[in-house]
Amino acid sequence: MVSIWRYLLAGLGLAALLVGILAVVYLTAPRSAQPAGPDVSRTKKSENGLYMASFVPERGVVRQGELESWLLTLKTKTGASVERAAIAISGGMPQHNHGLPTSPQVTDYLGEGRYRIEGLKFTMSGWWQLRFAISSGAGSDTVLFNVVL
Amino acid sequence: MKRLFCFLALMVAVILVGCGKPDFSDAEKKTIASLALSRLPPLKPDTTNRFADVPAAAALGSTLFFDLGMSRDGTVSCSTCHKIDRQFQDDLPQAVGVGHTNRRTMPLAGVARDPWFFWDGRRDSLWAQALTPLENPLEQAGNRAAYAHYIKARFGERYERIFGPLPDFSGMPLNASPLGTDAEKAAWNAMSGAQRDGINGVFANLGKAIAAFERSIEPAPTRFDRFALDLVAGAEPKGDAVFSKEEILGLKLFIGKANCVTCHDGPRFTDNSFHNTGVPPVAGLPPDRGRIDAVAQVEADPFNCFGAYRDGDASACGELRFMVKDAPQLVRAYKTPSLRGAATRPPYMHAGQFSSLDEVVAHYAKAAPSVEGTSEVHPLELSDRERGALVAFLKTLAE
Ligand code: HEC
Ligand code: HEC
Repeated sequence: MVSIWRYLLAGLGLAALLVGILAVVYLTAPRSAQPAGPDVSRTKKSENGLYMASFVPERGVVRQGELESWLLTLKTKTGASVERAAIAISGGMPQHNHGLPTSPQVTDYLGEGRYRIEGLKFTMSGWWQLRFAISSGAGSDTVLFNVVL
Repeated sequence: MKRLFCFLALMVAVILVGCGKPDFSDAEKKTIASLALSRLPPLKPDTTNRFADVPAAAALGSTLFFDLGMSRDGTVSCSTCHKIDRQFQDDLPQAVGVGHTNRRTMPLAGVARDPWFFWDGRRDSLWAQALTPLENPLEQAGNRAAYAHYIKARFGERYERIFGPLPDFSGMPLNASPLGTDAEKAAWNAMSGAQRDGINGVFANLGKAIAAFERSIEPAPTRFDRFALDLVAGAEPKGDAVFSKEEILGLKLFIGKANCVTCHDGPRFTDNSFHNTGVPPVAGLPPDRGRIDAVAQVEADPFNCFGAYRDGDASACGELRFMVKDAPQLVRAYKTPSLRGAATRPPYMHAGQFSSLDEVVAHYAKAAPSVEGTSEVHPLELSDRERGALVAFLKTLAE
């Protein structure tokens, strides 16, 4: 008699142990492993390979909800600075059906292929895209940057 | 045997603790923290209004805000619609001043932090905004020349102590405005450039005084903020900061599956931007196309940031300078309202289209297409329990 109770209790104990361990594992596991997001590199080749472009916030950090200026640096394939480029900017949030909340513009050329882009504003967290249509002596090409906040 | 029982009890305890505690991922905690009122940065100075933080100007602004004399027939003030004990709104679907307007009165908590004003953002500063209802025939229905005369008569000394001497009123018509009746327009056109500039200057200063007062209207901490503070500090929420299961589910939906936080973000639950969310027009009201029609209006406003009445330099005018002027996304786009306090001030939306939060949530779940332009919201699979939970969470922002 006694032994049956023992086995039953032991069985229960083991079951509880299992559930307990599962609970511990579940509670401590890292959450919401994000699915691989878009490519957020800040330096890339343009679509047809005419330019190397890099796009960075002028003050180093991105702040949500504020007008910011960013720097777009353009080099040719051979590494020469691209001067006097005409740059058109567009973009938006691909997952939300909307374009940019502001119309950023190139406001200055700083030399060495660096263009100041003012009036950027990321109003929401999420995935933003910025597309630059570039045309210069080296030809016309576009480059797309993803910014994830 | 005893040991076994202890062990059993311990395991049961582990399971219970795992179930009972609000359980948020690190990403969720980060989002929740970003919504807490404690994250609201201090109000920035407004360089376009050099009286923005002058106490005497704010005091005069407060007087004017509540003064019925600031209207054509002496019956309407800002506070007729923006009621101080009702979150500075009036609980009506559309505001009523001298006439019946076409939009809902907006609550004013934290408004000084906005880049654009009105549901469609047709003004770009708090002081330029304040001038609009003063001359709107459906609101206060006055005219700027009459306001200037009124200020000189009633508050002349107070005005001059703050803003300096009033202009010379000799030969100024009693009623004149470029926006008024035909007679008022004719009187305006007959004035000299210097006279018009004098009146416009006084008028702009009234706006600047009212704006200085409005800067003090800020949102107050709520149950949600106490909950968020505890959660982020890793402390066990106590007292009314404890969230029910339903409220936790609502919060999780708000920042997760229901996507509300994409637009209602930051400590004020607004991205300060404009979106078409498919809210239907109200039958019988004039056509309302939202932001798309506001662009030309703010550009034409002589009191905008590029205009002659701005203080400081044009570096403050970034919003106007980089404004999106023509894009399909602006059609029937309206400013994202703050959700703080929303639960206790129905009706909702730019013309009071919905009378309860249940209706608002049902609208988002269905995501009907917009009558014009494209709605940015997508249909949501929400059970009745989940809808109730979203509403329960919104209530924590008003307690
Ligand atoms: C007749 C009622 C009424 C009166 C009077 C009135 N308002 Fe309003 N107020 C409204 C309505 C309605 C809106 C939204 C209008 C729209 O979008 O076209 C609004 C919008 C605003 C906003 C914009 C808020 C935001 O978030 O963009 C501010 C600020 C404001 N009013 C301040 C004032 C001031 C200051 C006065 C007095 C000079 C005033 N109002 C007089 C009804 C009124
Ligand atoms: C695409 C941006 C966007 C998303 C996503 C969004 N909202 Fe809104 N919300 C708005 C805008 C814009 C308005 C005002 C629309 C109007 O008046 O036409 C609004 C209005 C509201 C209002 C009415 C507030 C008032 O004072 O009138 C509530 C409540 C609200 N939203 C809750 C939610 C909830 C809950 C969700 C998630 C299910 C959500 N919103 C998702 C942009 C958004």
